[in-house]
This record gives sequence, C-alpha cells and structure tokens, in this order.
Amino acid sequence: MKIKAPAAIMECLLEQEVDTVFGYPGGTILNLYDELYRYRGKIRHVLTAHEQGAAHAADGYARSTGKVGVCFATSGPGATNLVTGIATACLDSSPVVFITCNVGENLLGKDAFQEVDSTGIAMPITKAAFLVRDPQTIPDVMRQAFAVAANGRPGPVLIDFLKNVTDPRQEIDYEFTPWRENRASGGVRELNSAHPLKNPGPDPQDVETLLEMIGQSERPLLICGGGVVRGRADRAFRTFAERLDAPVAITVMGGGGFPGSHPLTTGMIGMHGSKASNVACDECDLLIAVGCRFSDRVALDPRSFARQAKIVQIDIDRAEIDKNVLTDHHIIGSARKVLEMLNAGLPQYSRSGWKDRILPLRAPSVAEDSPRLTPQQVLETIRLRAPKDAIVATDVGQHQMWSIKYLHFDYPGQLLTSGGFGTMGFGLGAAIGAQMGNPDKRVLHMTGDGCFRMNCHELCTVERYGLPIVTVVFNNGTLGMVRQWQNLIYGQRFSETTLDRGPDFVKLAEAYGLRGFRASTRAEMEAALDQALSCGAGAVIDCVLDIDEVVRPMVAAGSPITDFLLDEGGSL
Amino acid sequence: MKKQTSAERKLYTLCILVEDIPGVLSQVSRLFSRKGYNIESIVSGATDRPGITRISIELAADGLMIEQIAAQCRKLLPVKAVKIFDEESCIRREIALIKVRAADRTARDEIIQIVNIFRAQVIDVDRECLTIWVFGGRSKNTALISMLADFGILEIAKTGTIAIERGRSTIYDDSKLREEYEYGKNVL
Repeated sequence: MKIKAPAAIMECLLEQEVDTVFGYPGGTILNLYDELYRYRGKIRHVLTAHEQGAAHAADGYARSTGKVGVCFATSGPGATNLVTGIATACLDSSPVVFITCNVGENLLGKDAFQEVDSTGIAMPITKAAFLVRDPQTIPDVMRQAFAVAANGRPGPVLIDFLKNVTDPRQEIDYEFTPWRENRASGGVRELNSAHPLKNPGPDPQDVETLLEMIGQSERPLLICGGGVVRGRADRAFRTFAERLDAPVAITVMGGGGFPGSHPLTTGMIGMHGSKASNVACDECDLLIAVGCRFSDRVALDPRSFARQAKIVQIDIDRAEIDKNVLTDHHIIGSARKVLEMLNAGLPQYSRSGWKDRILPLRAPSVAEDSPRLTPQQVLETIRLRAPKDAIVATDVGQHQMWSIKYLHFDYPGQLLTSGGFGTMGFGLGAAIGAQMGNPDKRVLHMTGDGCFRMNCHELCTVERYGLPIVTVVFNNGTLGMVRQWQNLIYGQRFSETTLDRGPDFVKLAEAYGLRGFRASTRAEMEAALDQALSCGAGAVIDCVLDIDEVVRPMVAAGSPITDFLLDEGGSL
Repeated sequence: MKKQTSAERKLYTLCILVEDIPGVLSQVSRLFSRKGYNIESIVSGATDRPGITRISIELAADGLMIEQIAAQCRKLLPVKAVKIFDEESCIRREIALIKVRAADRTARDEIIQIVNIFRAQVIDVDRECLTIWVFGGRSKNTALISMLADFGILEIAKTGTIAIERGRSTIYDDSKLREEYEYGKNVL
C-alpha cells in the first residue's frame, strides 16, 4: 500500500496502539502536526506549556500505564528542551519514544535556523537515537524504536526525522503489522542480534544455585528495586518474599513493587533508609536484590555494603552486574520470569528469630500532635483521606523522601518519582501524563516550593484538559534537602537555599483557573484536602511548614549504611 | 568472598564487532570519554562479514574498569560482540611509516642494514631521506624507531594496534556471557 510519509508515521503510532501523545509544535515538525490534525479523532495530542513538561508527561504516562509513552518536539530548542526529560526517563528505565524533526537534508550541518545535532546530544541518554534521512525507512525505524524502548530493560529512544523526510508529497510503502509481530520479528531481534538466540530465558542452573544458597541462609534480606516495578513482577515478588519469610527493603524506584503496608516491609534502604532496612542490610547473610543497581544512594559505601552477606543480583541488564557492588551470584532475566522460576522450586520458610531481630526496629508511623503543620501530618492526612489507590507523582527533595516514607504504595506505577536523575520539576508533568493514562484514578502531585517553581507553568495544562490533579506543596521556604546538608555538613552556612520569595501559590493556582488552598495546621490540611478532592478541578494546597524540618533518618554519602548522621527521631 | 578481579593496571585490547552504520564509532568511543578513560589507540576496519566492522581499542586499565567498559559497549544496539584481550591471550600488531633523514651514502647504507635486521622495508627513497615501512609488535616497532632516531626522524605515521585471539577460538564464538547480553537486547 502506498501512503504519504507523515501518514506512515501516524499509522505506525496506531500500529503500536498509541492513542495519546504529548508535545509542542514548531517549524520543522509542521508536517507531522498537519497530519496529526487529520488523525485527531484517533490520536489525542496533549499540548503542554513547555517541551520539558511534555517529556515528563510522556514519561509519567509510560510509568503509570506500563505502555510506551510518546512525545513530539520540534528541532533546535524544542529538542534541547527535551534533554532533561530524556535523561530522567533514561536513568529510571522508562520506555518513551521521543520524536523530533530536524531541518531538511539541504540545510543539514549548515547551522540553519533551529538546527541542532539532536541525535548526537541524545546519544548518551537514550537506548538508541535514530536519524531518519530516507522516508522509505520510516516504518522500520518506528517499529524498531518502539521495540527497543519496550524490550529488555526499558528506556527512552529518540527518532529525529529530517524535515524533507516528512514531506507529504512523498509516498512510501506501508503494510499494517500488529505490534506483537513486529516487535518479535521486525524489531531488535533480526536487526540487532548477531545470531538467533538459543536460550531466551533465565538460566535454570543459575536459579538452582540461588535456591541452594537460600537453603543455606539463616538471615536473608530482599531488596525490591525498580526492575520489579518496570517488569510488573509485583505478584511473583510478593509470593517469593512470603515463601522466603524474609524482611523486604524497598528502594526509591521499587516503590509499589511490594505493598508498603505488608508485614515484611522494612521500608526504604540507603541514605534515608529506615533503621530496620539498614541494620538488616548490615547483618544479613544473604542479600537478594531484584532489579536494583545498588546506586550510590543505596550502597553508600560499596565495600562495606552487606559486608557479612553473599550478594545475589537479579537483573535484566547484564551490564548492571558487578557495576557498583561486587556480587557472589547473579541471574539474568526479567524479574517476573526469574521470580516465577524461583517460586516453582522454593519451599515455605519460617524465620521468626531473624524477623524478631529486624522487624521491631521499624519506627512507629503515627504523626505526633503539634500546633504547627508537620510533613508527617500532611502525609498522614493524605494517607487517611485520599483514595488508597491514588497515583502519587513527586518532585525531588525532602518532600519526595517524606512521601515515600509515610505513604504506602501497593502496585507498580502508583509511585512516579525521579529516583535516578533527581529531576526537580518532574512531578507536575508526570502527574499530567499519569492522569491522561489513568482517567479513573486520582492523581496526587507532591512537590516542594523550590521544585514547584521549576515547572508550575504546567498548571495551564492541568486547567485546559480539566485534570483533577491535586498538587500538595510542602512549602518550607527553602531548598530543604540542600539546607539539611548545609545544616549538618556545611556548618549552617545556608548559601542560596532560602526561598523567601513569591509567588503566592494560592493566587497562582487561581490565576491559572484552578482552586487554591492554604494549610498551616492539621485541621486546615484536612479541610483543604477534602475540598480539593471534591472540587472536581485541579487544585493546589500550599502547606506552610517550618524551615528546619528534616528528613530522618540520614546516613552521609559514602558512609557505612548503619552510621546514622540523624536517627529515626520521634520514638528514639 | 566477593568475586575477585585484577586490580593491576595493564594494557588491554578490546575488539568490538559493530554494524557498519553512521555514527557507530562515536557511539563506541564516547563511552570511554564518559568514564574518563583515555584511549591509547583505536583502529576500525572491515571484517570477513559484509556490513560488520571491527573496532580495536587499546586501553590501560584495571580488571574492573575493562569489564565495565566492555559491558557498556555490549549494550549498544549496533554492537555484535566484544572481546577483552590482554598480552597473553592475543597477538597484537601495528604498522608504522617512518620518514628518516639520510643525508649521505653512509647514512643510507646504515639505515638499510638496520631496516633489514628488523625485517622492515624501504618503500621510498630520496636524496635526503628514506621512508620505511615496519610491521610488528609494539616493542619491535619502538626499538626500530629509537635506532632510526639517531639519523633524525622527519615524520612518523602509525596505525593503532590490531589484535586477534591465539588458537582456534574466534570472536564469533558463543558463550554464556554473550547470551546474557543478547537476552537484554532481545527479550520481549
């Protein structure tokens, strides 16, 4: 079948069952937007205020739905505005296909208006970056891009079309192929594998070895990493943990991979890890990490990390093995497949002695009374009053750590947070994407006053598309996490972290046509949240907090995991 | 009882088979700059298989560094195979073209004698200079160059080092390691 070049791009999107794209138009991508106009009944385009917001929205859409997100932008500044969003998706292994257009072939490399080497810039922060110069290759490249983004360890892919490639006067050959077929045949396998696979699954011998190691272990600890979430392996992981009867520490990216309220959960591990998690890590004799790369925020000091334990890493990406922490054993495969194989051979264990040592270390999680609103009160109010299955998107900093600590996440995709790249301004975009992909769910956006200023212009997107997103601003008038470091490590020299400035977030919300609330006590917070949840529109709650609120506990970067700089507080 | 890797720094050669597509050399080489590693030499050339290019990179590194960089290389989509070689496991060769001053007949004769000892060849002659071609391991080539330095070297052009495994095994062979990487690229 002959079809116009830009129509082929749209058809390829439909082939991949894409119904929503996020983006921002511009000069070189005009041909695509013109075609999108004809496809507007089939593909919904969400126009954001800024390309970065679109990138985060596509990312949030992908994380919350498990599908591949799609984001459009024009050449030059459009493409460079995506960069932070692409890197965020890359560090957190989120499958997003970014489509940009560049100047025409006749202008390529001539420093034309809005020209930039998009594929060159994207190379280190994508799984693959394609520059398309021949319209006949459009279907192949599109299919391969989606296959690469979704397969193996997911991640972002950039396709940069030259403007002449999208010229509607050209016709190309196109045949519809269901995505399941082309991901298996026309995708990575044929094009990028040196030879056919002999053993496409995890090695049964490796699984057997781990089962033996488990049999010999008395004090095992499980780490639930982002791989459990991306691989949607939560059920298999839960069965595995319950049969193993071992404490489960959850990384920031693993939030939602294992129920936060489960009796075996010990909470976060690492820099702001709970005492229970960090002590368990130090005392265990077998550490099984699933889909976790032992980043410097988890394994603060790689040499002393789990020093008494045999370390086992289960990961889909071979390059993660022995990268940060040297391991004793590894299994390569998707978390779900490996865990299902393990579960098939795993007897029910009972480890009351080990559990009695670790689980009582968990701090009580009831907010103390105080005349002033505290972060824990804010989050407790949310936990008790917002729907249990609400999706939570966070920005980065203290509010992020508090949210992960005090809220419970029960399914993959419930927590959307920039764990790897630590992108301030990620939350609102991600919340927009999540709400678009999950119209039946409540989406909450947790942010700090510093983070919110970075991307609050996306409130116009919230208003325009009628999204009932509730933004909760943890407003302590400072870059809290940086201030916390300055307070503890830099002799209280608060260099450029005090945010004693506008805007008034309540008025800002109103200026964007949304509801605004302010809360300085628990009662006000409860009232504001109830109203925000029931008002039927987007809302912002400005929570006024003390400037010196800290995230507890805390271990300094590079220190052994039990050298707490700040203890759990409250009960201790 | 963690896995042991060599902490000793030595010269490794990474042989990388890649698809011959635009930008692939920069994709591979930027991994080295990203990690802050300095490439000693890099050679790219055709192989016995159409569309497949072999990149040979020489690098001073310790065991952990070289494993890590190889792992990152294997993840790149156009990369088909990566093998790590050290001194014992492979044969390394390089070529040098040396333009050396030969002002008179005596100098010329002496240079030709040296060239014969090293089994190198004179490939161009001029009244004032000779151009010499030498093929061999790094130490042989360095030795020849230092001998010729006495006469005055005008210019040197060198290739990087190419390497191939000793014995029957080749870079195309399957291994468990390779399957583990293929899995990451292919699993649905």
